Order: sequence, then structure tokens, then C-alpha cells
Amino acid sequence: MEMDELYQDIILDHYRNPRSAGIVEDEELLVEEENPLCGDQIRLTAVIEGGLVKEIKYQARGCAISMASASMMTEDLIGKPIEEVKNRIQNFVRLMRGEMELSEDDLGDLVSLEGVKHFPMRIKCATMCWHAADQALDKLEKK
Amino acid sequence: MAEKSSIAESVGVPAGFDPHRVRGDFPILSRTVADGRPLAYLDNAATTQKPRAVLDALQEYYSSYNSNVHRAIHELGQEATEAYEDARGVCAGFINAPESACVVFTRGTTESINLVAYAWGRASICEGDQIIATEMEHHSNLVPWQILAKEKGANLLTVPVLEDGTLDLDVYESLLSPRVKLVAVTHMSNILGTINPLPRMISAAHAAGAKFLVDAAQSVPHFEIDVQNLDCDFLACSGHKMLGPTGIGILYARRELLEEMPPFMGGGEMIHKVTLEQSTWAEIPHKFEAGTPNIAGAIGLRAAVRYLQSIGMGAIRDHEESLTAYALQRLRSMPDIRILGDAPDRGGVLSFLMDDIHPHDIAQLVDREGVAIRAGHGCAQPLLRRFGTNAVSRASFCLYSTEEDIEQLCAALGKARDFFHHGNG
Repeated sequence: MEMDELYQDIILDHYRNPRSAGIVEDEELLVEEENPLCGDQIRLTAVIEGGLVKEIKYQARGCAISMASASMMTEDLIGKPIEEVKNRIQNFVRLMRGEMELSEDDLGDLVSLEGVKHFPMRIKCATMCWHAADQALDKLEKK
Repeated sequence: MAEKSSIAESVGVPAGFDPHRVRGDFPILSRTVADGRPLAYLDNAATTQKPRAVLDALQEYYSSYNSNVHRAIHELGQEATEAYEDARGVCAGFINAPESACVVFTRGTTESINLVAYAWGRASICEGDQIIATEMEHHSNLVPWQILAKEKGANLLTVPVLEDGTLDLDVYESLLSPRVKLVAVTHMSNILGTINPLPRMISAAHAAGAKFLVDAAQSVPHFEIDVQNLDCDFLACSGHKMLGPTGIGILYARRELLEEMPPFMGGGEMIHKVTLEQSTWAEIPHKFEAGTPNIAGAIGLRAAVRYLQSIGMGAIRDHEESLTAYALQRLRSMPDIRILGDAPDRGGVLSFLMDDIHPHDIAQLVDREGVAIRAGHGCAQPLLRRFGTNAVSRASFCLYSTEEDIEQLCAALGKARDFFHHGNG
């Protein structure tokens, strides 16, 4: 496994130019997630309107893999209905565990993170923001 | 002329110590990683590699005298017991403990500290008492005291770390009072490499009536430790960070403390007499060694200690000091690298940040060049928070580390920088 398979250009691009960094004003949902292995943190904020993700942003400290994953995730989830968000979280986690193969049609830019599954120590980096999103959905259901 | 130059050379290499030569004693160091690159193992603060002498000792124990210790009448049992107790004596000698009975075998530093927190702490810490630790402690010398303080209604105070990576001793001395019952401090920081001024700190603690625990996990394999000279009350260390096997460690404590402490765990090996209603305890140190101990671990640790002694702790310290100075100079010559702390008295541990590249990414990229370093919080989250970060990259040395390892690291860091700034193109 070569480094450019792990750090694809698109990952480095999302890392350098994060798409939805920041905090949603008057957020409806706020969750914080930490990777206890390395101390990296993410704060995810979102507004859900009419069953759709109207706004979603993240604030985080982490490595290129975790930052790029968060950037791509927020870009991917915005505008999607909650049910689909659930599916995408599940699919992404299964992709990381090597439990399923996904095409570019299914995942768009996210498919560039597939190489992470060959680096078991880094899977948690890529999934941290997705766990945060999952936690946000739990919170939404409890409301 | 020839004679003169050979004298000069023998002065230049302390006590005949040559890291390149000792590398031959460590089988793992000759393996390659990352598609045939030589291994630059710079994660020694996490665990050290093992010399052949240790591997052979483990093999010999299991293949020729494996047996349980202390109660077996047979020949194997006697040999195993003798080796296990001799290991205790060798470890006691290594830290200059006044007697073997003051050395308890544990699983490692973490268990040693927890043993003190549980057995001594529960009997000696009362509501309103104070325990002092520092901002640079490894979680294993912080969390047990947090648990104890919470359980007893005591207070845990911490000594701040200054920008140069040394402890604020003025604050330390101002915190000391008759309410302080224990001070627990690392001998050498696992992040900053800072060697703390223990003689001064211990005598101040004693003057205030407090006991003093030394976390020697990082210091014990790198320079000479003398518990009588230090005058500490407790000292904890791990075998695997001093060339020995995992799962074995030491707690040293003064005889009178061990005698008055209740047991840590109950079970076999630690009793004197058992009835259905009650039991009396074995003599120290066996009172603290419930169950079948890590016999192979102790025997492996004995081999590690003998190996260190055969080289000499003075020669090891000299080598690591000059290597650390070399590494500091090399890393400081890179303008995008910031090294945490700058203590005048330090050991071979360097933690650094590289501009906009996260430590995880650095560790991943240098791994491809055969360089093993650590990235993350290093089990010292409060200390990293104090330096405004949540993760660092850390290179740490051992007696077999060389300038070539450091050059390999520097070249790999250069490649990581290029990769991140210019991408795959």
C-alpha cells in the first residue's frame, strides 16, 4: 500500500480547503466526539428542517484523514433526508471495516477514503465524524 | 603516533561503548520494514527492544525449569524459586534498595502505582488530606490519585509546568503543608524528557511530613537510580521499558511502609495462615504478590538488568546525552519544527510539532521510510493541553539508538513535508 493510496489528492484538497468548517448559528443539534486513542476532537452542529439536513458544519482538530472525512461528510449529507443520512453513515462504517465495496456512484468523493481500510490504526480517524453524526441522529430521535 | 591516536579514540568512546556494536545483541534491529528499509526504532519511551540475553532467558526458563515457585518440593520448583528470588535480588541491587524484601514484583509501573494508591492510600489518606502530583504526569500517575482522592474526600493538587518544560518549584514548595500526605512525581517526563530535581523535591516533601513516590518508568533504563540516595518512599518502574519482557515491573517501598500496608490483592502466595473465617499475611514482599507471579517475566527482567549492568549505566547515559544533543540540534535546524520544552536536564525523549502537519500524518509518512515514532497524546493529555495542543510526534532513544537513526528520521520528516505541501504530483 503506497502513501498516495492513503493520502489521495482529493483528501489533501479537503484537508487544506475544508468545505464546511465552522459552527452553524442557532444550531438545533450539537454533538462532540473524541477519539480516545489520539485525543482528536470534533464538534458537529446542524439544523434539520422538514426531515432534511438544512445546514451542517464541523469544528475539529485532527489529522488529514479525519479532517478530510469530516469535510466530505458534511458536503455529502447536506440536503439529504434523515433516513438517507442513516444509510450513508452505516455504509461508510461498513466500507471502513471492509464489509462492502462501494462505487463512486454510491459515495462520490468519499470513495477516496477507501484506502484507509488498509491501515487499521487509522480507521478511527476516518470514522470519528461519522460517529458524531450518528450520535446527532440519536439525539434527534430523543427530542 | 599510532599509539597516541588509539588513546584518543579510547577516550572518545566511553568505557568502550559503541551503539553499533550493541545493536548486534538485539535481533529485531536487523529486520527491515517498509519494503526493505532499515528500521529506525525511535519509540523507546513506549517500549524498548529486547537483547538476545533476555530472549534466551525466557526460552531457557520455559524449556528447562518451568515450574511454579515457592511451594514445590521438586527440583524444577526449587530452580524456578531460586531464579525468581535471585531476580528480585538483582533488581534490588540495580536500584540500590537496602534489601530484596523491599522489592515487590508487579505487572508494571501502572500496577505498582495502583498498589500504593490502593493499599497505602486507602489506609493513610483521610478526608481533607492533600496529594500533590504534577501537570507532566503520565495518566498512570494521575488517575489512581484522582480515584483515591474522590473516594476519600481528599484533594489532588498539581504543580504547573513552565514553558521550558520544567516544574514550577516555587509553586510546589508553596503547596507543601502538613495536610499533604503524598507527593507523586515522574523522574523523567515521557513527553518532554525533563528530568525532575528529585533530591530537592523529596527533601522538601519530607520536611513537610509527606511521603514521596517516584514514577521511574522513563528514567530507570537510561541512568543510574539509587533509591537510598534519592531517599524516596516508593519507586515504580516497568520491565518492558528497560529491555525486559512486558507484564513485569517493580514496586520499591521502604520496609516499614510495606509492613504496615494492608495487602493489595488476596489469594494464594500472599498468606501466612488461612481458616474459613480469616487469614494472616505472609511476610513482605510476598504479602503483595497474590497468585502465581510472572515468573518468566522476572527471570527475563533479571537478564535485562544484568545486560544493562554489563554495559554500565554511566556509559548509557553519556551516549544518550550526546545523541539527544545531536537530535535537538538537527531538529532545531528545521524552521517548521517546534520542540516542546527545553529543560537543561533532560533524557532522550523529544516531542515536536511540525507546522500544519498533524502528528498522525507525520507518523504515518515517516513509517513508510522505516522510522517508528509515536503520535498522539502520549498518555499525558493535561500536559499537551498546557502546551496548546492535543497531539504531538515523539522520538525517543535507547542505548542502541544511533545518529544514523536520527538522520533517517530527519530525511523522512523532509519527505513528509514535501508530500504534504506538494501532494502526489
